[in-house]
Amino acid sequence: MRERRKTIEFVVDDTEVDAYEGESVLQAARRHGFTIPALCYVEGLSVWGACRLCVVELAEQHQLRPACAVTVEEDMEVITDSEAIRRHRRTVLELLFAEGNHVCAVCVSNGACELQDAAVAVGMDHVRFDYQAPVRTIDASHPKYVSDPNRCILCTRCVRVCDEIEGAHVWDIAGRGRGARLVAEMGKPWGEAMSCTWCGKCVATCPTGALFYQGRAVGEMRHEPDMVARLVAARRDHQWIAPGAHDE
Amino acid sequence: MSERLRLATVWLGGCSGCHMSFLDMDEFLFDLADRADLVYSPIMDVKEFPEGVDLTLVEGAVANRDNLELARDLRAKSARVVSFGDCAVSGNVTAMRNPLGDPLAILERVYVDAVDRDGGIPDVAPIVPGLLAQVLPLHNVIDVDVYLPGCPPPADRIRSAVTALLEGALPRDRGEDIRFG
Repeated sequence: MRERRKTIEFVVDDTEVDAYEGESVLQAARRHGFTIPALCYVEGLSVWGACRLCVVELAEQHQLRPACAVTVEEDMEVITDSEAIRRHRRTVLELLFAEGNHVCAVCVSNGACELQDAAVAVGMDHVRFDYQAPVRTIDASHPKYVSDPNRCILCTRCVRVCDEIEGAHVWDIAGRGRGARLVAEMGKPWGEAMSCTWCGKCVATCPTGALFYQGRAVGEMRHEPDMVARLVAARRDHQWIAPGAHDE
Repeated sequence: MSERLRLATVWLGGCSGCHMSFLDMDEFLFDLADRADLVYSPIMDVKEFPEGVDLTLVEGAVANRDNLELARDLRAKSARVVSFGDCAVSGNVTAMRNPLGDPLAILERVYVDAVDRDGGIPDVAPIVPGLLAQVLPLHNVIDVDVYLPGCPPPADRIRSAVTALLEGALPRDRGEDIRFG
């Protein structure tokens, strides 16, 4: 380890664990092997706190808190699984499925989708809300990539990775409420966005089938959100070749 | 359970893939035949949904007036109803017309605009049932007891659900058994 950071003790599901100072509950708990689902959070990007899937209970507080946005404090007691948490997470997922046009059976990401996996994890066997069936137009103007807003959950991973890691800031969220949508360069077709460097980081980090490579058919898309953490570490530690990459 | 179970399978707005997956249960179909009587199904020639059905598997979304009528009829006559596959559970591919709005506009697109010659919307009511304004999941129009997602649900998943239902249990599947798509 390059830097020695101060550690503090806290409790996750009755187990005492340590956290680095300034670490979020989500980071520390996951580092110790606890499972907390999240869709907008990606290691290496800023915290957005939008999906509300990572909610946990803090002892003696009667509200659910997003684990990604709560900093660990000494002796904090965190509960990662309870009836209330499960109910909340399932409701969040049902709302996400009802809001867009997520048709797993014909999606490029079928079988490798974080939204689909999250639904499995919380036991969502059906959606109790009315499907909204919004009208959303696919943008296939980019030579390499496609944006299908029908499958977008507004997690803003693409917005953040483009701004924070690539430094291009092609993407933004325009509109409010149910009209909120992903836009390239203030509303241009992606293919006309001159600031896009074609780096593909947005596509790599997308949790669903909303951003994908041209020409991919049903179930053929694979994303790579771990790439962000790898890049951040490489820049920090000046280690550009992953250990073991040339072992074969 | 000593009495034979009265089993029905129904095909609403779907591709019949769920029924194909049902037939994919292979030898288990013999075991099933030992314990249940199939009293209504698209693979047999029965016109009216019968009374006193114990278990009904419903494939497909509710897309037209026929689907809606049959859904209500089968609910009234079935002790247990299973939403069988993604179209019944969520609308799925069948519901992909919903964002396009008015069914008439869709019929025009399919039967007039996309046709090279002699196009025209089939107008033989009541033989061709009218489309509903929106395609709906089954649980939007009737009460559903068990949800069995998947496009189609794999045969082993159907088998475990049907086995539990034969024993009188209501399977509450978890984990991979509830995967959509």
